Formats: sequence, structure tokens, C-alpha cells
Amino acid sequence: MTNSINNGKKRKAVALVSGGLDSMLAVRVMQEQGIHVEGINFYTGFCIEGHTQAIRKKDRDKPKRNNALWVAEQLGIKLHIIDVTEDYKNVVINPKHGYGANLNPCLDCKGFMVHEAMEWMTKHDFDFLITGEVIGQRPMSQRKGTMPIVTKESGAGDLLLRPLCAKLLPETLPEREGWVDREQLLGFSGRNRTPQMALAEKYGFKNYAQPAGGCCFLTDASYSKKLADLWKARGEKTYEIDDIVMLKVGRHLRPRPHFKIIIAREEGETNFLRGYRKNYLSMSTISHPGPVSLIDGEPDDDDLELAARLVARFSSGREAELVTVEVMQKNGESRNIDVKPLLADEVPGEWYV
Amino acid sequence: MKFPVSGMSETTLDARNLLCPLPVIRTQNTVEELQQGDTLLVKCTDHGVINDIPAWCRINGHEILSIDEQEYEIVIKLRVGKNS
Repeated sequence: MTNSINNGKKRKAVALVSGGLDSMLAVRVMQEQGIHVEGINFYTGFCIEGHTQAIRKKDRDKPKRNNALWVAEQLGIKLHIIDVTEDYKNVVINPKHGYGANLNPCLDCKGFMVHEAMEWMTKHDFDFLITGEVIGQRPMSQRKGTMPIVTKESGAGDLLLRPLCAKLLPETLPEREGWVDREQLLGFSGRNRTPQMALAEKYGFKNYAQPAGGCCFLTDASYSKKLADLWKARGEKTYEIDDIVMLKVGRHLRPRPHFKIIIAREEGETNFLRGYRKNYLSMSTISHPGPVSLIDGEPDDDDLELAARLVARFSSGREAELVTVEVMQKNGESRNIDVKPLLADEVPGEWYV
Repeated sequence: MKFPVSGMSETTLDARNLLCPLPVIRTQNTVEELQQGDTLLVKCTDHGVINDIPAWCRINGHEILSIDEQEYEIVIKLRVGKNS
């Protein structure tokens, strides 16, 4: 018997809901104990969820869903999606605990999210906070040694309950106060997913998202390489939301240190990049069908000719003697230049970011 | 279903050129400022909203009135439910 009801009202927990199975299970474990749960999901700008699939036309017919919303609907809970892109910059740029294998600041990220969730919890008069963390599940943020760091640095202290591995951790306030029954919590650890899958089976969960290397572009080597290139070219670790969205779109080639070209790979990306022509200098082939391209940096006239030749290389006029390329400024002013497309062996591999 | 007769309004939200989940977040934040019974038109270019905004509405008790999907633009009309 628990004290999950206080003065006639259910105790309330806010859950970090990523859209994966673990947080889904953690919520259901709490619901089984009579706790009212609402979900919170943070948008950092680096979330893989639903992003690039929306851009590429070839992917448009694939079934799409936002897994966090899907999980919330399956569980019958509200989901609050919070845009933290501005505050998250400091996590990415200055991670106190450093990066993982790529530019993923997982430990700082977890601490940040728990802290933000704590603030939301306090503001909305909830009683405690839960996550779907499992000891040993992830190499950086979910180890026995790092979980107390998240607890401490987030400011959550003993208001943070991890239902899936709580039996392996010190008692938290919700357990001590009897809001939840510790005996009904779990003691999962390690990377073996069998216990989670068995629990999902027990709860009747089907079609849940399969783990596929995390939910963040910063864990992706190719994406991290592009972000590192951006910082190197600018001489400082800064970014705006458009920058990090753009790193997910098109081919990125840097022929010179001071500018790079983003070339759409197909029609969907061309349409997407077209929407950014007020933010970047852009190029399109006029005499032949070809992709829209954006120029990021400070190219001079010689650079623009090189860029135009490169853009022509990726058009259907690549074999033509001359291709007409429209160069459009951010203010909409444009001029046409005729260029000879670069040959394949004039595009060194190291230009590709 | 009862809605306030007076004071209902229709608001338009421009969420074009935003990728999911930003259109959902902007919808969520706009709805917070509206009253039960108000309608909201959301203009988007990310086709992911066709799944995401209705899912968000179902979870949070709002009603989808129409979804107009064109080649490059989607307009979703919803009616605000009871915010709790």
C-alpha cells in the first residue's frame, strides 16, 4: 500500500520521455502504482526525431511518426515538448564533462535535461521526476559512477527516481515517503535489452521504437565532423539553429577554408534550401536542370566562379561546354555567369565535409 | 459540446520552413494563449505535421477540423479543447 494519493489527489511525476522503450516502461511502472504522470520532451536542435526524413522527397511516402508523441498516446499521458535550443548551446559548446566518441556531451546533456525538467516540475507543482535510465545502458551518461553526478549537478537530488534500476540505487524521497513502493520498482542493469523487452511484452507494448544508436545527431560521426568543420572555419565554437539544421541537409563541400557550398541532393532538399535563399548567397543552374545550392562564408569573385563550376558539376549539364548559373544575393539581386563545369577529377575528396 | 459563444477567435500560425517538432512546439505554445473553442490555422511545409499535430491534439484534447495537404504546403485547422 502506498501513499500515492495526497489529500484526495494523485501524486504527480514528470517523466523525461525520449520516445524510446525505457522511458515508456518507466512511465508505465509509475502508472501501475497510481501516480499521475505527464511527459516532457526537449527539443535541442540536434534531435534525430522526424527531421531529415521530412526534407527528402524520396522519404515522404515512408510512414513517419514522432516517437515521443506516439509513446505519450500509447500511455495516455500528456506530453509537453519544450524548445531548449538557446540554452542547450552552452551544453554543446562548453561541456564540463567533455565529449563522447563524437561531439556528444551526453553526461552534461542528461544533467541539463534533468535540471530543466526539475524547473518545469517546480513551476507546475509536480511532486517528483522520473527517467527511464538503466545502470550501464550507455557508456557515458548511464553508468553507476555517473548517475550520481546527474542527480547532484541537476539539482534534482532525491526527487529523481529511476524506476527501471531503482533497486540498485539509494532510496529516493518518493520511496521514503511511501508515494511509491520500492518493492515494485526494478533492478535492471547493463546493455542487455531482454528484461525491457519482457516487460514491454507484459504491458502489451508493440511497435515501439527500436534503439538505433541514440536520438541525437551529435552521436553521429559524419554529423559531428560537419559541426567541427563549421567551428574550425569560423574560428570559434558558435552556432545558430539554421547552421545545425543545414548540417543535416545536402552535400557539404569546402573548396576553400573561408566558404563552403551546400548542394541539394534531390528535389525535396532543393525545395528546402530554396526557403533559405534570404539567409545565404545561393546558386542555381539556369541552362540545365540542377540543384539549388547555398554558399556559407565570405567568397570573393574568384571563389564564386569556382563555386559556380562546382554547382554546374552537380547539374545535368556536367558534360556541357558551358553552363549558365544564377548567383543570387540574400536581398534577391541576381546575375548570371557562364562557367565550364568542373571535371570529376577536379573535385578532390578532401573538399567533401 | 459547449463552447463560449462570445469571444471565440481564429488565429493563424505561420510554421512554414520549420522542421518537426518545431511546428508542434509553436502550435502548443500558441494554443496555450487561446481559449476553449478558438480555432487555429497552422501553415506548414514539413509533411511530418500531418502525423504529429493530430497526435499532439489527441493527447491534449484538441480537435482537428481539417487538413489541407498541397504539394509544398499543409494547412491544419484545429479547435482548442479544454486546457487543464
